[in-house]
Amino acid sequence: MSNEMKRNINSQNINGHQDGVIFEKSHSGRTNACQSPRESSASRVIPASLLRESPPLLPEVSEMQAVRHFTRLSQKNFSIDTHFYPLGSCTMKYNPRACNTLAMLPGFLNYHPLAPVETGQGFMSCLYELQEILKEVTGMKEVSLTPMAGAQGEFAGMAMIRAYHDARGDTARCEVICPDAAHGTNPATAVMCGYKVKEIPTRADGDIDIEALKEVIGPQTAGIMLTNPSTVGVFERRITEIAKIVHDAGGLLYYDGANLNAILGKVRPGDMGFDVIHMNLHKTFSTPHGGGGPGAGPVGVSERLIPFLPVPMVGYDGDQYHWLTKKDRPQSIGRLSAFAGNAGVLMRAYIYARLLGREGMPRIAEYSTLNANYMMVELQKKGFDLAFPSRRATHEFIVTLKRQAKTLDVSAMDFAKRLLDYGYHAPTTYFPLLVPECFLIEPTETEDKDTLDGFIDAMAKIQSEAETQADMVKAAPYTLPARRLDDVRAARELDIVWKPGEQTR
Amino acid sequence: MPFIPHTETDVKQMLASIGVNDIEALFDEIPAELRIGLLDKVPAGLNEMEMSRLMHVRASGPQPLCFIGAGAYEHHIPAAIWEIVTRGEFYSAYTPYQAEASQGTLQLIYEYQTMMAHLTGMEASNASLYDGASGLAEAVLMAVRANRKSKSKRILMPASVNPTYRSVVQTIVENQGITLELVDYQLDAGCIDVASLPADPGDVAALVIPQPNFFGVLEDVNALTDWAHVHGLLVIAVVNPTSLALLTPPGEWGEQGADVVCGEGQPLGVPLAGGGPYFGFMCCNLKHVRQMPGRIVGRTVDADGKPGFALTLQAREQHIRRSKATSNICTNQGLVVAAATIYMTLLGAQGLNRVANSSHQNTQNLAAQLNAIDGVTMAFASPTFHEFVIKLDGVSAEDVLGALMADGVLGGFNLNADYPALGEAILVCATETKTAADIAAYRDALSRVMSRLKGGAA
Repeated sequence: MSNEMKRNINSQNINGHQDGVIFEKSHSGRTNACQSPRESSASRVIPASLLRESPPLLPEVSEMQAVRHFTRLSQKNFSIDTHFYPLGSCTMKYNPRACNTLAMLPGFLNYHPLAPVETGQGFMSCLYELQEILKEVTGMKEVSLTPMAGAQGEFAGMAMIRAYHDARGDTARCEVICPDAAHGTNPATAVMCGYKVKEIPTRADGDIDIEALKEVIGPQTAGIMLTNPSTVGVFERRITEIAKIVHDAGGLLYYDGANLNAILGKVRPGDMGFDVIHMNLHKTFSTPHGGGGPGAGPVGVSERLIPFLPVPMVGYDGDQYHWLTKKDRPQSIGRLSAFAGNAGVLMRAYIYARLLGREGMPRIAEYSTLNANYMMVELQKKGFDLAFPSRRATHEFIVTLKRQAKTLDVSAMDFAKRLLDYGYHAPTTYFPLLVPECFLIEPTETEDKDTLDGFIDAMAKIQSEAETQADMVKAAPYTLPARRLDDVRAARELDIVWKPGEQTR
Repeated sequence: MPFIPHTETDVKQMLASIGVNDIEALFDEIPAELRIGLLDKVPAGLNEMEMSRLMHVRASGPQPLCFIGAGAYEHHIPAAIWEIVTRGEFYSAYTPYQAEASQGTLQLIYEYQTMMAHLTGMEASNASLYDGASGLAEAVLMAVRANRKSKSKRILMPASVNPTYRSVVQTIVENQGITLELVDYQLDAGCIDVASLPADPGDVAALVIPQPNFFGVLEDVNALTDWAHVHGLLVIAVVNPTSLALLTPPGEWGEQGADVVCGEGQPLGVPLAGGGPYFGFMCCNLKHVRQMPGRIVGRTVDADGKPGFALTLQAREQHIRRSKATSNICTNQGLVVAAATIYMTLLGAQGLNRVANSSHQNTQNLAAQLNAIDGVTMAFASPTFHEFVIKLDGVSAEDVLGALMADGVLGGFNLNADYPALGEAILVCATETKTAADIAAYRDALSRVMSRLKGGAA
């Protein structure tokens, strides 16, 4: 079948009358009696000036319409459960179903966060044990689970570094060093904590440029933010030396845990000399990405930062689990959420960690690394260029499509979109920014060899398509619920809220 | 091996392809002195059956009758919601960077944005933030950026705002030189006295207005909003989404409406779950949308001219702007937002109004019954939404709550630590989930506890 024909068939599928926005399915007066409380006759004591005059515009649909609509929407997504998703730096591994089912037991779901701890000992024991497990796997001295995402963990980490310097009266430190390959959250976080950012370059072999580090470091340096393995997919070999340089200058080392999957049970950030780390439990500990959250970004610290950890934490006195608050930890940077962070996500991570156990942890690093190195070598054999060909892959690696972009005018974005037609989610594209036309590929340990081979074959096929019918590749995808979206129009003719009288279909 | 599919043959073939003898060789770039042995303090792995047994035991604690609100509210959650939300296609999808492969998530967020904008009476909504407290912190940062008339970093923060929210805002904004100045509440009314606000507040970026406030009391939002706008302050509304089915939406407060609206989304179909994951919502008008943090989805067209959805205004965000971004936030609370979107769809305006009304009426009913108990009085004479404060005469709130718990009732949130001026006071909530029998059970238990404790004291 030609792509044109596929496109037509697909268009008919998705443009049937069922596919408008939910508001277009709404009919005035249609209600779901089953989901409404009974009307009661008690009086209302709210002054008229504070009452709403007209009801909000919300859909009026039947329960079945709602279920069908959202089920059909779900079917327009790629997901780990349906597709291979080799997104570099995102660790899209299988999310075991048991983690969800057991975290959603009614006893956990009905627990009010302000209920007395006596009524939530089972729940709190899981969080306490998770703190202990994370301490052990990272080599840090204490862990606080409360940050609600990696970015909030980063914020907590940098705020602790600032609190540490401030507590010592060392207030001249106003700069934070980030490699140019750093994730965008790193510089954004440093600024949120009141710091200026100094970037240092990455060398051609993927390690950071230590000479450049020595040049920018000094008494004004509060700390450095690093990821190891780094965002370019290699292990920073001189990490101990870097730690010494930073510590000698009076700075602290921040570890972005984005790539912890690569070293789980093999090496620990605490042993590398890091003072503070965040973990992305939605990556390494397999809690769901959920179409963009919720995640969880616990932080761990070395001895000197323990007093500054964000609260609440879970304490255990040998008899009862209890919350540790600012009262118990007066130097804490404070609270980051109304309650205890994304507790349900923490529960899923705890269950996953217990299913893995101590033997399972290093296997994560081993098999994710095996999968990445296998893919790297096989893609190279198919003629693709590696960004760092002299290096081992960690759990991920970078292919650069600079040559294809130059000679065939087919970009990394075009390869990415065409991969969708082959049933593979695209790898991370255009990150890190320093490698042109890059694909950051992370297969994770949960994929089997056949899946990896299928992806490699698809890449080879797209390469030959690019050589013979570049225009076709450049207009991909063809088989998805939408073709390439007009991002420029999305920003210029801003339509972010549906209004009555509009038609989508 | 848990969740690892490799057979021995696979491993052999893969290693041969790579050209190494064993998996260990793949770690040869890591300095040997950094390598560790087995993680002794991590327990040995369990299989699913063993883990299930363990978790069922831990989930089997007491389940008392709960009248605590204070920022997290028990509401009925339609069964369909989490059945759909935990479908793998939502549950295990990534952030919708590849729009063509994420139309489901993107359209859902567009529908969510629409519902939140209509509910709050504003023109725009983002795709959500982490929770209500951190959302308020982001709203404060946004207001400081967005107030073109003011260079100030001063924020007026009423004491009637949830004290935990205030403490979270402090944590998040203090390193940027922003100061929070407390606005007091009236001890007898439990809300801000507009007349007591200064005639000339000086240069201030924004006033935060909670509705209902932490005591459940309704603030005079119209007068407060107008006062703020007259003096060049932006208005940040912190609201309960359920209440908006009943109460004036912030977009219609006073003459011009609030400027930034935020709040905790948990009441919209999200279980209590020990405190999270919840989500923070944030809405504003179009003139401020480029100052709003977080993801935003826009409707556009695809290459064939057909409608489709994509992330938009990404130039505000960290992955593009790096150190100049509006926030370091990468994601939203995707799954939880999906739950809220399905919740609002299943209830509609009428259903949500009934939830709000029923909660309000149960609360009135409970208040009247508790007020009749000897030694129990209402702290404030003002109208409330679905929470109220009781004062206890001659007994400690801690003792009363402890005794109620022994009777199987969680009687509310003890205000002692945060509001010592109120004396022995408890914040109580009754949503639509409470039956007449539940309310009577609380009344009877409190009545017994009061006479016992007061008798003991005498």
